[in-house]
Amino acid sequence: MSEATRQSPGVIGQPSGPAAGTSRSLGSMLGQLYRQRESTVFVIAVASFVGFWIVNSAFVSRTTLSVTFNDTFPAITIIALGEVFLLICGEIDLSVGFMVGFSPFMSYFLDVYYHVPALLAVLIGLLLGVLVGLVNGFLTVTVGVPSFITTLGTGFVLWGIMLYTSHAEPATVPANMSHFGSWLGGGNRYSWLIWAVVLTAIFHVLLTRTRWGVHTVAVGGNLLGSREAGISVARIKYGNFMFTAVLGALVGFQTMYYTNSIDPNSASYTPMFNAVTAAVIGGTAMLGGSGTIMGAVFGAVVLADLSVGFAIEGVSANLFYVIEGAAILIAMVANVQLARLRERGGR
Amino acid sequence: MAETIEHAGDVLRAEHISKTYGAVTALTDVNMYLARGEVLGLIGDNGAGKSTLLKILCGFQPPTSGRIFLEGQEVTFKSVDHARSLGIDAVYQDLALVNQLAVFQNMFLNREKISWPLVRNRAMRRETRERLDEMGVDIPSVNAPVARLSGGQRQAIAVARSVFSNPKILLLDEPLAAMGVKEGAIILDLVTKLKKQGNVSIIIIAHNYGQILQVCDRVNMIQDGKVALDKRADETSAEELTEVVVAEYRKALQERQRSA
Repeated sequence: MSEATRQSPGVIGQPSGPAAGTSRSLGSMLGQLYRQRESTVFVIAVASFVGFWIVNSAFVSRTTLSVTFNDTFPAITIIALGEVFLLICGEIDLSVGFMVGFSPFMSYFLDVYYHVPALLAVLIGLLLGVLVGLVNGFLTVTVGVPSFITTLGTGFVLWGIMLYTSHAEPATVPANMSHFGSWLGGGNRYSWLIWAVVLTAIFHVLLTRTRWGVHTVAVGGNLLGSREAGISVARIKYGNFMFTAVLGALVGFQTMYYTNSIDPNSASYTPMFNAVTAAVIGGTAMLGGSGTIMGAVFGAVVLADLSVGFAIEGVSANLFYVIEGAAILIAMVANVQLARLRERGGR
Repeated sequence: MAETIEHAGDVLRAEHISKTYGAVTALTDVNMYLARGEVLGLIGDNGAGKSTLLKILCGFQPPTSGRIFLEGQEVTFKSVDHARSLGIDAVYQDLALVNQLAVFQNMFLNREKISWPLVRNRAMRRETRERLDEMGVDIPSVNAPVARLSGGQRQAIAVARSVFSNPKILLLDEPLAAMGVKEGAIILDLVTKLKKQGNVSIIIIAHNYGQILQVCDRVNMIQDGKVALDKRADETSAEELTEVVVAEYRKALQERQRSA
């Protein structure tokens, strides 16, 4: 006792004695460790960028950079923001990629066949994300089906509804809907990127500086302990399912305005896989409890670099998947190895 | 503490508590009390019924029969949450902590200070530091993830967090389990400090009572599902308590030999 009491003033005040010294260096070491977890993927992102630049200087041409950062990167990033929250709280949403096609088509039908005012139709399309999130949450949290299965099922349902109602034919954006496309990502060629940056900032703050974020980590880190502390686990999980599905719908509208068409092919598992990959490359644990928004954003940069870089290198689309898969695996192995090295160094 | 005050100021009293699970009887007839500000050691051999009693007192399960009085009022705990809302908090070692969160985040879990929409990390850090210093808990940093702390530190954080919510009664389940002497000392120091502050009454459930005895005011030994011994801590010793357990064991052994 006496020893602990005598030392404790030193811990708050100026460093005095060995105890205070260790506490300080340990604290800064941990801080570094935390920062480093994201810095690994940051280094990979920079390396892949520089790598493609060295191989082909066209990679940094204005047109190519625009493809990388104005349309590939935002789509991955925005969905990844939701998946990071879901993965941290111990769930996953495999259905979100289908929201990308489902929501725009539903709004399109409301506008064209039911003469719902265009703005309202788009709003309803976005709110469908809330509904799908509720269904995913209900089946997972309330009924108790693992989210991997729940969202596999809802994904197929969304896909089927969209293909059936659209006859798998693309549609053009109706004139009355394209009016406000400018602020949904279709106006300026930077507007989608701006959306991604702003949403990233919001979700970063949400995760690190709000009760919602802290509780999301708590639920994924210690489910029983969180429940015991009185956290409404169901509320957190339902909420994160809703965030993710709404973000998927948002990307759907942004894709629609960016390309000025509604394409049934835009809905697939791919947007989800890209988002989950970005999150996981960025250090989010598949088993819940930890992860960062910035890591996922750097992960999205890596994926965008790879996808655009290989495309301008003229790698055939079929071979591209092999290379992308291998690149992801290499990035992940590097990440795991570095984490292990850091762990050893930290001890 | 005078005899009369002890009984007038009981914060908790349990009368004729029994608990059976099907054919198994865990508690036969427990009568016990906890005076205000007192530290009571609840000891006994494995399977004597300590854990069962704890689970009843913290609202985890109802007794088969018997009555519980909280500050003179009869209460029936509907759940752990209900018992907690009445001021009874149980700490099961460090199981409720979130490893990935920092010490201060654990201390304020679901009680975060906020200026909407943000959490006030600086204020929470400062208060955590102050409260832990007050309780004499020494940790490297309030920013350290709980996973990085030692067993004794984690347990101390778990106890400190419970104290944070100002419970009337704190139930500590085997707080020294699987802990070295140095680690255990962290917890014993913390209990001593809490006793001095006198805001909370504590029941410590312990299997190994040698260490516990030095912080308790009184010990109750549970044997065969009832309180077999109720003594002030300064009127007994670890040797005497051990002797009681061993004597009981010998008696049982003799009976078995006689019947065989």
